[in-house]
Amino acid sequence: MRFVPVTCEEQVEMLERVGADTVDELFADVPEAARLSRPLDLPAPMGEVELAAHVSGLAGRNVDAGRIVSFLGGGCYDHYVPAIVDAVVSKPAFFTAYTPYQAEVSQGTLQAVYEYQSMICALTGMEVSNASMYDGATAFAEAALMAARVTRRLRVVVSRTVHPEWRETLATYVEAGLLEVTEVDSAGGVSDAGALAAALGTDAAALMVASPTYFGTLEDLAALGAIAHDAGALFVVGTNPILLGVMEPPSVYSADIVVGEGQPLGSPMSFGGPGLGIFACRQEHVRQMPGRLVGRTTDVDGRTGFVLTFSTREQHIRREKATSNICSNHALNALAAGVYLAAVGREGLAGIGEACIAKAHHLEASLVAGGRFERVFGAPFAHEFTLRYLGDVAAMQASMLDRGFLAGLDLARVSGSAGGSASHDGLVLFAVTEKRTRAELDRFAEEVSSL
Amino acid sequence: MSTDDRSAIREPLTGTLIFERGAPESRCVEAPPLDVPAVSLAEALGGRVRTEPPALPHVTEVDIARHYERLASANFGVDSGFYPLGSCTMKYNPKVDEWACRLPGFAGIHPYQPESTVQGALELMWGLQEALAEVAGLPAVTLQPAAGAHGELTGLLAIRAYHTANGNPRTRVLVPDSAHGTNPATVAMCGYEAVVVPSDARGGVDVAALERLLDTDVAAIMLTNPNTLGLFDENILAITGAVHGVGALAYCDGANLNAILGKSRPGDAGFDVMHINLHKTFGTPHGGGGPGAGPVAVTAALAPYLPGPRVERTAGGTFTLVTPERSIGRVRSFLGNFGVLVRAYTYIRALGGTGLTEVAEQAVLSANYLKELLRDVWPLAYDRVCKHEFVLSGGALRKAYGVRTLDVAKRLLDYGYHPPTVYFPLIVDEALMIEPTETEGKATLDRFAEVMRAIAAEAEADPELLHGAPYTTPVRRLDEAAAVKHPDLAWRPPEEAGA
Repeated sequence: MRFVPVTCEEQVEMLERVGADTVDELFADVPEAARLSRPLDLPAPMGEVELAAHVSGLAGRNVDAGRIVSFLGGGCYDHYVPAIVDAVVSKPAFFTAYTPYQAEVSQGTLQAVYEYQSMICALTGMEVSNASMYDGATAFAEAALMAARVTRRLRVVVSRTVHPEWRETLATYVEAGLLEVTEVDSAGGVSDAGALAAALGTDAAALMVASPTYFGTLEDLAALGAIAHDAGALFVVGTNPILLGVMEPPSVYSADIVVGEGQPLGSPMSFGGPGLGIFACRQEHVRQMPGRLVGRTTDVDGRTGFVLTFSTREQHIRREKATSNICSNHALNALAAGVYLAAVGREGLAGIGEACIAKAHHLEASLVAGGRFERVFGAPFAHEFTLRYLGDVAAMQASMLDRGFLAGLDLARVSGSAGGSASHDGLVLFAVTEKRTRAELDRFAEEVSSL
Repeated sequence: MSTDDRSAIREPLTGTLIFERGAPESRCVEAPPLDVPAVSLAEALGGRVRTEPPALPHVTEVDIARHYERLASANFGVDSGFYPLGSCTMKYNPKVDEWACRLPGFAGIHPYQPESTVQGALELMWGLQEALAEVAGLPAVTLQPAAGAHGELTGLLAIRAYHTANGNPRTRVLVPDSAHGTNPATVAMCGYEAVVVPSDARGGVDVAALERLLDTDVAAIMLTNPNTLGLFDENILAITGAVHGVGALAYCDGANLNAILGKSRPGDAGFDVMHINLHKTFGTPHGGGGPGAGPVAVTAALAPYLPGPRVERTAGGTFTLVTPERSIGRVRSFLGNFGVLVRAYTYIRALGGTGLTEVAEQAVLSANYLKELLRDVWPLAYDRVCKHEFVLSGGALRKAYGVRTLDVAKRLLDYGYHPPTVYFPLIVDEALMIEPTETEGKATLDRFAEVMRAIAAEAEADPELLHGAPYTTPVRRLDEAAAVKHPDLAWRPPEEAGA
C-alpha cells in the first residue's frame, strides 16, 4: 500500500523548483558513513487484501475473550464496552487530532477532557483530575514524585499489597536515586498498619496503598489515612474506578492523591495497553501535579471555551524544572472513559459494580464449597478474590484451559509479567466481571472441583 | 429571520456539557439483570458502601451520539485538512490500521494469558521489534514505553545502568539548545544535570563548544537528528565520536525519524540508543494527545539493561517473553501499548522497506519544495537543504507591522489549516516550524503557500485583522489568564457548586 499522493510528473516539477536533479541530492548533507547504501531488509509491501489476510491470521492465533471464559484480572479486565464508546472514539476528528494546543480548533478534545476530569472528580471525590497518565502503574510512580515535591521529603512507604507491577514501575522511576522507597510486608492479604506506622517515621513523603489490593482484598483506608497524616505524609490511594458507583470514594478516607487504572472504563483489554492512568488530587496541590489539565474559560466574544491550563508545570515551558517529562498522554482512552461513564450513568455504574461483586462472591462460595480451594484471607473483597488451590495450580489451569476457561492468575508464577513469588505458592487470583453468567460460573466451579 | 436572530437562537457546537443534557430518568446502558443471588453490599464489602452517588450524567444514547458529534465537528484532525505541525509528523493515519487493532484476536486478549494462547500477538510484537531494529540500525528493541518521553526515560535509565555497572553513573547529560522540552525534563528525572550545548551558525551542534563540555562526568548527549530545525547534522560522526571518546553514550531522540527512513540509520551514525515515536513515523494516530508508543532501540552492549519483558523467538519457532539479565525493571504495567503496536506493525507491512524509504524521500522533497515557495516572503532561519521540516522566522514581519507569529497561526485557522508549530525551537525569533509530511499532494502545498503569502499581504495592509484572528472558528481566542486566575477544572452539580 502507498499513502503518497504526489505523482511522478509532480515529483519532477517539485525537484525542478528545488533545484535538484534527484531526491538523493537532498540527502547530500548526510555523511557517507552514515548513509544506508542498501535497501532496508524488511518484507515486501502488501496490498490491503493480502495485508488484511495476514493480520487476521495473526489475530486468529490468539484465544480472545469471545472464545474463552476468562477469570483473569490483576489490573486488566474483561468488562463490556458499550457500542457507543467505539462509535465516538472512531470519529477521525478525535483520533487523528494532535494535542489541543490550538484551542480554537480543538474544542472537541478540550471539552471532552474537561468532562472526563469532572467525572473522575465525581467518582473519586477529589477536587482536581488531570487529563490522564499512561496507566495505573505510571500514575502511581508519578504520585510518589509529586508527594515528594509537596512535602519536600525524599522517602515513600509502600504497602506490598499494591500490584507488583506498580511497585516495580515505581522502583524503576526512582532508580536514579530521586527517592527512597520503603516496602512493607502485608499481613493476611491486607496492609500491616503497625508495620506501616513504624516505617513512616517522621520523614516519609507518602503512604501508598491500593484498595482493592493486588489480592482483591479491601483495605481499612480510614485507619491507613490516619496513620499517614499522623506522620505528616500524604495519603496516596490506588483505586479501581469500576467499583466507585457502589464503594465509598477514596476522598472519604482523606486521600491526598488518588491514582488508578482506568481500562475498565470503556477501553478494550488489548493485551494490556493502551490503558488509562487516572490521577486526581486536592486543589491546593494542583501546581505540583504532573500532566496536562484542561480548564473552562471564555473567548473574546464571551463564549464558553476550554484551554490547556497551568502549563507552567509542564516540560515544554519549564524544561528540566517541570513536574514530569510527560507529553503525550492517553487522551483517547480518557475520551472512551467519558463516553463510557455517560453511557452507564450513576445507576449503570452502580449496577455493574453490584453485578461484579455479587457474581464474584457467588463464585468464591462455590469454589470453597467444591472442596478444592480454601480461603486464605479474612478481609472482605469486591470483584476479585484470592484462594489457595489444594493441588498443582499449573496442572489445574492447563486442564481448565482445555475446557475453555482461563482459570485465574497463578500468583506464584504470573505469566511472563508481574513476576511471581514463592510465598504465593498455591494462590490463585480470580476476577469476575458483569459479563460472566451464572451458567459459566457454575460450570467452572463444578468442573474445577471434579478435577 | 435575520442572520443575527438565527445565531442568537442556534446552540453553539460546544460549551453545553454532557452533564447538562438528558433528564433524570434518561438511561443508555444498564447493568445486566442479576442471575446470581443478590448480596448485601454492606456485608460483602464490610461497610464501605457509597452513600452519595457520583454525579455522572443521565443521558440517552441519542444524547451521547449528538453531543460527541458536535464536539467532533469543533475539532480539527488530519482527516479535516492540512496539518503541517512541525516536529509532530501529522501524516495520514491509514484506516486498515484502525481495523486491525480492533480485531477481537488483538483487542480481546489479556496480558496474563498463557503464552500458548497469544502466539499471534507475540509474533506481531517480535516482528515489530525486528523491523524497528533494522530501521534504527540498533539490534535490541523494547516495545514497552508508552510515549516518546517515556522512551527517553527508558533509554536514559538504561544508559545510567550501563555506566553504573561500569563503576560510575556520571553526573551530566548534554542537551542542545534546540531540543524538545522533554529532553531536559527527562534528564532531571534520571538524576542528571542538563547542560546546554549551543548550536552553530549552520544550525548544527557547535562541535568546538561540545568538545569543551565533554569530560568523564558526561553520561550522554541527547540529540535529535535531523534536529528540530529540520537539519541533518553534517558533523554527526564527529559528534558521536567525540562523545564516545570520553566514554559517554549518544542518545538519539527519534522524533524526526520520518526524514531518514531507509536513507540513514542512527545506529550507523554512532548512536547507542534511540526512541521511536510510532505515532509520528509509523502512522499511528495522535488521539488528541495520545496514546502513542515510544519503543527504544539500543546497541548490543546496552541490550541487557532494557526493561522486560521482551519477546524472543525460541529455537522451536514459538515466541516467548523474557526479561533481560540486568534489566532496569519495567517502566509501566504489562507489555506496552499493544493497540498502537498493532497499528504500527500493520503500517510497516503495508509499506515494506521500499515504501518506508519512499516516505522519507517524499517527506524531504515536499519540505524542500514548500520551503522554496515560501522563502522570499518568510525568511528562513537557516538557509540549507532541509530534511522533513523547516523553520521560518516571523521576526521581520513583527518588526515591520507588529504582527506576531501567533497572529499568523490564528489567521491560518480562518483559511482552514492547522497552523505549524510556533515559537519552537526556542533559538529562532518568532519561529514557524513547518512539516508537510509525505501524505500531502502538490496541490495542497501550492495552495498553502498561496495562503501564507496572502496572510503576509494582510499583515502589511491591515495588521489589526490578524491581531483579531481567528473569526470563523467555533470559539475565538480564549482567556488563558482567567483560566489560571479562576481555575475551573471540573464541573460540579449545581447544589454542590453553590455550596
